[in-house]
Amino acid sequence: MWQIVIVAFLSTAAFAAASEPTNGTNIFAPASTPAKLVAHLSGFVLAITGIIFVVVFTLLVYSVIKFRGRAGDAGREPPQVYGSTQIELAWTIIPILIVVVLFLATARVIHAVQDAPQPPGALEVTAIGHQYWWEFRYPKLGVVTANELHIPVSDPANPTPTFLTLLSADTDHSFWVPELAGKTDLIPNHPNRMWMDPQRTGIFLGQCAQYCGVQHAKMLLRVSVDSPEDFAAWVRGQQQPAVQDASAAAGRRVFESNACMNCHAVGATPANGRFGPDLTHLMSRVTIASGAAKNTPENLRLWIQNPNAIKPGSLMPAMQLDDGDLDAVVSYMETLR
Amino acid sequence: MSAMANPFPLAPATWRLPDRGKVAMAGLIVAESAIFTIFVVAYLFYVGKSLTGPTPREVLETPIFYTICLLSSSLTIHFAAKSLARDRVGAFLGLWVLTIVLGGTFMYGTGQEWHRLIYEHGLTISTNLFGTTYYSLVGLHAFHVTAGLVMLLIVAILGAAGRVGVEQSRRVEVLSMYWHFVDAVWVVVFTVVYVLGR
Amino acid sequence: MSSNAITIPGVQINEKPWVDTLHEWVTTVDHKRLGVLYILYALLFLVIAGVEALIIRIQLMFPHNHFVSPEVFNRLFTMHGTTMVFFMGMPILFGFANYLVPLMIGARDMAFPRLNAFSFWLSALGGFLLYFSLVGANGLYGAGNAPDVGWWAYAPLTARAFSPGHSTDYWTLALLVSGFGSIGTAINIIATILCMRCPGMRLNRMPLLAWLNLVMAGMVLIAVSPLTAAQMMLLIDRYLGGHFFDTQAGGSAVLWMHFFWIFGHPEVYVLIIPCFAFMSEIIPVFSRKPIFGYPVMVAATVCIGFVSMSVWAHHMFSVGMNSYANSFFTITTMAVGVPTGIKIFNWLGTMWGGRIQFKVPMLFCIAFLFQFLIAGLTGVMLGSAAFASQLTLSYFVVAHFHYTLVGGVVFGVFAAIYYWYPKITGRMLNETLGKWHFWLFVIGFHLTFDLMHIPGLLGMPRRIYTYEPGRGWDTLNLLISVGGFIQAIAVVIFVANLVISYFKGKKAGNDPWDAWTLEWSTSSPPPAYNFASIPVVASRRPLWDLKHPEDPDSRYE
Repeated sequence: MWQIVIVAFLSTAAFAAASEPTNGTNIFAPASTPAKLVAHLSGFVLAITGIIFVVVFTLLVYSVIKFRGRAGDAGREPPQVYGSTQIELAWTIIPILIVVVLFLATARVIHAVQDAPQPPGALEVTAIGHQYWWEFRYPKLGVVTANELHIPVSDPANPTPTFLTLLSADTDHSFWVPELAGKTDLIPNHPNRMWMDPQRTGIFLGQCAQYCGVQHAKMLLRVSVDSPEDFAAWVRGQQQPAVQDASAAAGRRVFESNACMNCHAVGATPANGRFGPDLTHLMSRVTIASGAAKNTPENLRLWIQNPNAIKPGSLMPAMQLDDGDLDAVVSYMETLR
Repeated sequence: MSAMANPFPLAPATWRLPDRGKVAMAGLIVAESAIFTIFVVAYLFYVGKSLTGPTPREVLETPIFYTICLLSSSLTIHFAAKSLARDRVGAFLGLWVLTIVLGGTFMYGTGQEWHRLIYEHGLTISTNLFGTTYYSLVGLHAFHVTAGLVMLLIVAILGAAGRVGVEQSRRVEVLSMYWHFVDAVWVVVFTVVYVLGR
Repeated sequence: MSSNAITIPGVQINEKPWVDTLHEWVTTVDHKRLGVLYILYALLFLVIAGVEALIIRIQLMFPHNHFVSPEVFNRLFTMHGTTMVFFMGMPILFGFANYLVPLMIGARDMAFPRLNAFSFWLSALGGFLLYFSLVGANGLYGAGNAPDVGWWAYAPLTARAFSPGHSTDYWTLALLVSGFGSIGTAINIIATILCMRCPGMRLNRMPLLAWLNLVMAGMVLIAVSPLTAAQMMLLIDRYLGGHFFDTQAGGSAVLWMHFFWIFGHPEVYVLIIPCFAFMSEIIPVFSRKPIFGYPVMVAATVCIGFVSMSVWAHHMFSVGMNSYANSFFTITTMAVGVPTGIKIFNWLGTMWGGRIQFKVPMLFCIAFLFQFLIAGLTGVMLGSAAFASQLTLSYFVVAHFHYTLVGGVVFGVFAAIYYWYPKITGRMLNETLGKWHFWLFVIGFHLTFDLMHIPGLLGMPRRIYTYEPGRGWDTLNLLISVGGFIQAIAVVIFVANLVISYFKGKKAGNDPWDAWTLEWSTSSPPPAYNFASIPVVASRRPLWDLKHPEDPDSRYE
């Protein structure tokens, strides 16, 4: 028993060490220009609202203490003051000025983020939201993948930002990776655009932010910001046709003779379903079910046998395969690097 | 503080406040106008956006005659209410019934138009965006006309039974406000559907 | 309700049979009884929706918790939001308006008593319909049950394709029906205030509560109707094959959002403005001074009423509107903060130089001021479209709106209940229990909703039934849930206070707080006809003039 525990621990540790450093989801730890612009603006807004809070809070506390009624007050009323035009003017005009300042600061950032022109070196990605997974297409590179986005790091001197076109195949979703950019929704029949230019490599996490149905909570995002070389290598790998491994022929037969092909695509095979994620390079992904589970053979087997055990309510049906077929198809999946 | 002499100061010489029936009807009209505004916005937003199916230009015929009927009914109801205020019940009843007839003619016209659209052109509420927004907007208006006609009919029956006199003139005025509103909405709907939308 | 039992020696007086009392209450058209019915109805739903919130918080105490399934969780947050806004917030505020407005303007009842009753029963039917979905909504594939589309019911999630069965339809119908009730009550309030004031009560002598309910009622007329229209469109889509929000046919999901929020934003002002009214009546009495700046308070409220109609798309900052639209809604949203801030300053000015009495209603008012200040400032942050691109759809927003709705509306309602309970029932609520209620609720409220801002800043989206560990959200969520339980205990004490004091509370008399508006001139509870003779007033504080004939307000106004 304890051997299993040690092995499990070591493989997890090794796995952790092997993967990129993982960033958090803190909007005040921006790694990309849109997020940085917003973080700086928020600092300014917080400072101003903080000052307003301190001033008014102090006045409230002061008045509650200084003007509290005392025991000897019974029957004596304080001076009945009805108002004061000057004071009203003062506390009307000052807030209006504050509003103007905050508005101007905000408008600058709105334009800087939303109206930024797309430079020629930018990477174009189309993100399509599904219930409950993300489809990513790189139209100019001929790459189709799911759930885990790889983008190149951007050098401020020579920016290579990523511009995303956001679409949806069903309900409303929202793309939110806090340390890379503010969120933008994916709405059917309403294409949106956003951009990010991460300035350090690493893994950035996020998730869907617009309630899209039962498994909204597990529509996770994993963005891998790669060095230019790593990104090029990844693209090359994704552009390859599906690995044809003869040892997995039985599994492939199971895959192609069951309903799997209706939803899933495997490049250069008869399987070209578009309802579910593209599986051509499934093994290049760290997680399955849009981040709901680690991409291990055990999890893959469980997912195919009973998706509700991992993500109850997801639209993948339990495939009703017997054990032999299940093992075979998992082996096949394991060859799709 | 028991009920002794009135502890409050003397009343002002005149104290006149608006009539609550009219204020309430004005409130109802505001709320209904907001509902119609949303349907009009939807209609205008979707002009030209249907992916399939008949377009307004292809199938709509401007209902000039029926519009004249409905708008004239505003005149007849106005004079009916005025007659009742002057205790001329006979004139009131005649003009009131004429209002109902004109309103009913308008409804007949709408029905005829819908029959033609559905059976000759295959345009229904589910055909395309034009169908959905057209039948909803015109239908909502027609529903309000129908509700108005029902109320007018009730008053007509009571009037025929001799129960409507000058004492009811305020209530009749309130009802006629509603009828004017329904006509005003038609002016807007007509402009949006038959003029702008084509 | 008036149980003025007269004992005559040697004569046996039979107690009225309970069924007769029940019949009286069910068929009443008396604004006071309808007000009480609204308030009791809302308090019932406060408890129900509160339990829903507690279940949500238990599920979120730990990451990957399994207390409820995702389906149940999604129904819970939908029902919690829908219930609190439509079957707690609106009814309780309509209840207070119904009870107080005629009394405060010296009238005998509302302008249309039967419409009043009809509106109440329509609203009640709405609440019943919403909860009937729990048993009645089973459609195809057993896909029924309570609605689970979120209280905003965004398209296309509400289309037949994504929400089969009837759960969404119960949401739609419940709100459609209660919406008609709301419009009826709003018409009634407007007609009452404009047409039934007692002699001498010019509009600029009305209590602020009357003014603010007038503005609120006007907003209801203009704001609830867009929701009604949108829901009709949704029903047409779901049942008649319409395409209003059918994106496959060229329809627009964003159009639903616009229609919903054109309702939704003014709606939150509809909820808070009556609470501003409570503040404006209660704070002066316990500071022993008139409200500071009466005309400015009226003007600011009217201003809020208008400007709040132009801010709605700040709920849509992530939707992808162009930069000009986002800038427009930024400036209008920040602008609406100015009159709101002015009101806070005026309440501060009322307390300034006064002799503050820390009775329980005033405690809730003071807490309201602190909390609404914070809520307003986080609202300014959310109004900045760029900042909001990070904050929206996260727990920061959830914290903000609970700060306004619980820290503002619920605290305001508690203040109003402690203040007017003596008038309604003739007995005082217990001060000790009241203070326990207050302090426990404040501690629980702040534990929950102060901390709740932080997970939002750390990237936690809303409407998720569970979350990933290790993002810094875990401990915070646990503490937030603990705060929820503390609030629950406070509410239990509150309900106990209501019940115990009804039977054992100290007799209140006409005017236990030494206040100045007309409702305190009649008995507690008032007789059915309100006043023995219709009052005549010469100032904004008729009872002050009576109590201080040497220094009446009428000299200064």
